[in-house]
Amino acid sequence: MDRMPRWADILLVPAISLLLAALISALVILAIGENPWQALLIMVDGALGSTSGWGYTLYYATNFIFTGLAVSVAFHARMFNIGGEGQAAIGGLGVALVLLYIPFPHWSLALLAAMLGAMTAGALWAFVPAILQAKRGSHIVITTMLFNFIAAALLNYLLVGPLKPTGTMETATAGFPETTSIPSFRDMFSFGDVILFRGTPANISFFVALLAAFLVWLLIWRTRLGYEIRAFGFSEGAARYAGIGATRMIVLSMVISGALAGLMAINNTMGSDERLIMNAVEGAGFIGIAVALMGRNHPVGVCLAALLFGILYQGGGILGMDTAIPREMIVVIQALVILFTGALDQMVRMPVERLFARRRARAALSPPGPALPGLQTPKPTGAPTAEP
Amino acid sequence: MANPSIELRGISKSFGPVQANKDISIRVMPGTIHGIIGENGAGKSTLMSILYGFYKADAGTILIDGREVVIPDSQSAIRAGIGMVFQHFKLVENFTVLENVVLGAESGPLLRPSLARARAELRRLADEYELDVDPDARIEEIGVGMQQRVEILKALYRDARILILDEPTGVLTPAEADHLFRILRNLEAQGKTVILITHKLREIMDVTDTVSVMRRGEMVAHFETARTSPAELAEAMVGRKVLLRVDKRPATPGAPVLEVQDLRVTDAKKVERLKGVSLTVRAGEILGIAGVAGNGQSELLEVLGGYMKATGSVRVKGVPQDLSRDDQGQARRDAGVGHVPEDRQSEGLVLDFAAWENVCLGYHDRRPYSGSLLMDLAAMRRDADAKMGRFDVRPHDPLLAAKSFSGGNQQKIVVAREIESAPALLLVGQPTRGVDIGAIEFIHKQIVSLRDAGVAILLVSVELDEILSLSDRIAVMFDGRIMGEREAGQTDARELGLLMAGITEPAGRAA
Repeated sequence: MDRMPRWADILLVPAISLLLAALISALVILAIGENPWQALLIMVDGALGSTSGWGYTLYYATNFIFTGLAVSVAFHARMFNIGGEGQAAIGGLGVALVLLYIPFPHWSLALLAAMLGAMTAGALWAFVPAILQAKRGSHIVITTMLFNFIAAALLNYLLVGPLKPTGTMETATAGFPETTSIPSFRDMFSFGDVILFRGTPANISFFVALLAAFLVWLLIWRTRLGYEIRAFGFSEGAARYAGIGATRMIVLSMVISGALAGLMAINNTMGSDERLIMNAVEGAGFIGIAVALMGRNHPVGVCLAALLFGILYQGGGILGMDTAIPREMIVVIQALVILFTGALDQMVRMPVERLFARRRARAALSPPGPALPGLQTPKPTGAPTAEP
Repeated sequence: MANPSIELRGISKSFGPVQANKDISIRVMPGTIHGIIGENGAGKSTLMSILYGFYKADAGTILIDGREVVIPDSQSAIRAGIGMVFQHFKLVENFTVLENVVLGAESGPLLRPSLARARAELRRLADEYELDVDPDARIEEIGVGMQQRVEILKALYRDARILILDEPTGVLTPAEADHLFRILRNLEAQGKTVILITHKLREIMDVTDTVSVMRRGEMVAHFETARTSPAELAEAMVGRKVLLRVDKRPATPGAPVLEVQDLRVTDAKKVERLKGVSLTVRAGEILGIAGVAGNGQSELLEVLGGYMKATGSVRVKGVPQDLSRDDQGQARRDAGVGHVPEDRQSEGLVLDFAAWENVCLGYHDRRPYSGSLLMDLAAMRRDADAKMGRFDVRPHDPLLAAKSFSGGNQQKIVVAREIESAPALLLVGQPTRGVDIGAIEFIHKQIVSLRDAGVAILLVSVELDEILSLSDRIAVMFDGRIMGEREAGQTDARELGLLMAGITEPAGRAA
């Protein structure tokens, strides 16, 4: 039996968490002598008040959708992939190699090839920890985290060495060819003299992200593999009994997860930077964990949570520029949101559950009439089954 | 007349909309053994949890020796003289018996004096109640029967005058159960009050003085044990007449379906769990495997079910099976092996899945569930709906999560799935563990009619009664080996009990 209605689980609990995070943020802003209401208005206006605000917000949201989906898919198999950061970085390497060394006549072909490169690279980066987990029992959290450092070190080496064009000072690859430039929102949504999304990085990858979200939904809830992944995630014993091999589940879920994280590179590396730069992922891999937690591992939830974090990212940036509130304050606000929606989720969830249980109990007791449920109703389902 | 040792008046307790205990009143006199019997989910354990301070009753009072007490936590329960022996022991595995007994009842900050005092006390209790255990043995090294005695000693060491045992014989051999009952009678003779919670009618008849029957959260009847019968108790438990015996015709075995040769399994700790098991099951017969839990039965089922590696040979309908891998569950199903696993909660069902998602577990790659690319959810739901109807699963709601069904109905979902996949061989592990009487009757009937339809059935159960009433042939497992095989009609509980304890009598002397 569900402890509370679905809408409360999906909307009410995150909303309360968010409100708590906002309240504490407000207190902190008050404490440094600024006006929290003013700060909120600036943030919202900066993120959503203009198409250029939207252009950044959706760009960040695209990153977070990819990494959020990555964390969710793995989590359905109860694999905690915290290596999204490294997988996305290596995904960038995959994109760069494809675009630098293969000539493309048109951006659409380049995009498809870059997607393939990004997914393969990200998948490979997740495959090693997965196989170590499946065969050796090395804990996935530890290995994926360490692989983040390895990815960073590898890119460091490549970007100051082999991949850096001679004669430049920047630690980056050469720029990608002009023909591989994918349409930005500005290209797509400006008509005649009306130029929208001016100077913003949002690009066609946003729609790829939405498509990915739909495909993840299909995978998890409509395919046999998704059924097996969920069965394995809920109960390893039942999966074993049903002939669902643990190794296969761990490896497949992690490889798909890595591919999704890697795919983020078409947004930042291909769509925005148009070359592979140092630290291109900017923590989006970690934000993905919070996004998945807040989105309750459902693609729709992930997209909404990604949008929220996109707003926070963009609005926070504006706040740092327009007010005396130091940039670091943004990090505090984001941390509070992650803390309340992710780590402290249960703190909000339990009282809400109790509230609903009490309401339901009252509703169950109140209707008068023959109080002999034993007569018609079958056994009390979901019995307290106090039998331990 | 003396005060009752323990008296409950009007105890009620609800969990959300479910009323687990409804206006329960009960009186137990000192120096008696009182049984509480009822099906799973009848509210027995909730009631005991209230007595032990785990739950707070919504209404009602508890009186100990005629005085009203409030029991907000287990410490207060212990102080009031209540001792509890849980179904799942609460012992520290790598502590010694002595350390476990003292844990939580140390007399001061220094351990040594407490241990010395406990050692003396343990010796006294051992003499008085036949409760002999080695105080220096580690818990992980002693058997379950011993561990249970440690639990009883723990309670007595804390001066319990009222001892409550929750399903105490589930893990014991018949001999160990007899020993336990002797201990209980000794306790009774010393004026202690014993409350025995069980679903086994025979134990109630054997050992109690008085008995109360619970059904759906209510106390429906009280009896003096001497003046009642198993049939009357069963009827009170279920609320209608039940058939306690299984009606079945003699078997007409056909060709061998399952042939097992020299099966060996070594676990991760390099302990050999199966030590060369060989057996055959023919079409249209039930081979029962008796034995105390933990003697290799689980491993046998897992190997046959395709999810444990082994050496040796297994043939199903003459076809050799791959024993070198542990992900052969689907291959076994394709070979015609159905499997009702021992533990429906951790194996047979994905508890967080809805019933409809569970009804195809293990068969999810087949039509109609799985099309070329996507699963056919509508077909899965229709199929679940039909099976739940045919097997009378209640509530008949395919959308409900598996964890929300009672034990008996969960088991019916598993049995429906495995029987309706039309297996040639059905593996059945503990089919009625934690299942109410009504469902037991139903499940037994299903197994027998499957046999009559020509299916080979391998039945593993720790309930000797179940083995005796269902099987056509009986093999007894002990320590990873088959100790002996008997025709069902030509053996009895006593002989099987000896085999279960690893004692083989010279052939011929067995009556």
